[in-house]
Amino acid sequence: MSFWHFLVQNRRQVLDLTGEHLWLVGWSILLAVAIGIPLGILVTRVPRLNKLVLGSANIIQTIPSLALFGFLLPAPWIGERADRLAILALMLYALLPLIRNTYTGIRGVDPAVVEAGRGMGMTDRQLLLQVELPLALGVILAGVRVATVLCIGLATIAAAIGAGGLGEFIFRGLAMVNNQVILAGAVPAALLAIFADWGLGWLERRLTPQ
Amino acid sequence: MQNGPAIEFRDVSFGLPGSPEMVHDLSLAIPWGEMLLLLGRSGSGKTTSLKLINRLLTPTRGEVHVEKRVTTEWDVIKLRRGIGYVIQEAGLFPHFSIERNIGLVPTIEGWEAAKIQARTKELMELVGLSKDIAKKYPRELSGGQRQRVGVARALAADPPILLMDEPFAALDPITRAELQREFLELHRRLRKTVVFVTHDFREALLLADRIALMDSGKLVAIHTPKDFLQSDNQFVRAYREAFSNDFMLEAIKPPRKEVV
Repeated sequence: MSFWHFLVQNRRQVLDLTGEHLWLVGWSILLAVAIGIPLGILVTRVPRLNKLVLGSANIIQTIPSLALFGFLLPAPWIGERADRLAILALMLYALLPLIRNTYTGIRGVDPAVVEAGRGMGMTDRQLLLQVELPLALGVILAGVRVATVLCIGLATIAAAIGAGGLGEFIFRGLAMVNNQVILAGAVPAALLAIFADWGLGWLERRLTPQ
Repeated sequence: MQNGPAIEFRDVSFGLPGSPEMVHDLSLAIPWGEMLLLLGRSGSGKTTSLKLINRLLTPTRGEVHVEKRVTTEWDVIKLRRGIGYVIQEAGLFPHFSIERNIGLVPTIEGWEAAKIQARTKELMELVGLSKDIAKKYPRELSGGQRQRVGVARALAADPPILLMDEPFAALDPITRAELQREFLELHRRLRKTVVFVTHDFREALLLADRIALMDSGKLVAIHTPKDFLQSDNQFVRAYREAFSNDFMLEAIKPPRKEVV
């Protein structure tokens, strides 16, 4: 049976698993944005926290994903359901690109522009919302893009802890030593990553000033 | 408000820990309506002095008084909104249209939209900008136009004081001369108190009511342009000679070429 046949025959399940996959990635990116961008802003304001915050995010990034799922298993409430666990783990991986890009994006705004704004009596809040964030938006969105692509790939491993997603096919295929089944998980996941990359890249170009 | 100096430095020093002071024991009073040129080489402390006025920097010793109040006693936001600020390359917001750039201070001061629009239009006329560029962005403008926008933006909320940090330095000589003339004209009409930083001797002579010469963080001479040309203060002489050599070099260029 060819890969294409398998895909068509199991289209319901492919769609369901793709939906689960997106659900896991969507939530983790949403949470990572909600936490990572404010943290990125914070380290531009309180430079002493820079090493701590970026360092921690860096360390999380080096933990192998399967191990991270394992570490989080004993956590209360989170550990009760596999999807919560997966979302938390993916969110932690997505934090680094978001914090780092928010930080570098804001630091990269022309200091003369910021000083002109400050010299004309803009408050710190006005500078942040009207000048720094809009000018850093392109870089921040690039961070969202990297994080999303990263999470789409990593989310396949979430199936190992029973959180669903396209990884189900991959693990099943591995167990069955059946390449068609593996590809039925891997190809849609890769397509998702490509689409997300393209779509967010388009948004980035649209929203970047000049 | 009109009696007493607009700005006064009283024994002001500024330095960062572990490095030599950038401004040293500066005392200087600037009366209302004066155009004072701070002249000096790079690193002489003139930009630092300027930033001490709108409290982008705070003196390490001494006091800067603006409208008879010490800058540290002012609400810093209020202080800055009452002082127009123009910098080199204008420091315009690249993601704001020209009219939004000009209307910045009125907007953050919470003026009504109609009033801001009227004011923006008035200012564009005042600084000689065509109203067709209102919706354009800074990158679409020439250097001279951008600098005019910078001046219009600084004047938007009608502040009594203007600080200008080498505003025309990056322009080509012809555009620069044009903007200098126009700015002088504008100053005669509006009579703002202006503190203008430059390293260009000719610009200082052209614009100034008084020229304050700075060297290594110290105020070394203060004169009207006329006295400045005659002063035998050593720093003034050095500046004058540097520029007269410059003129002489230009004068002897053609014969040199023939020799070669």
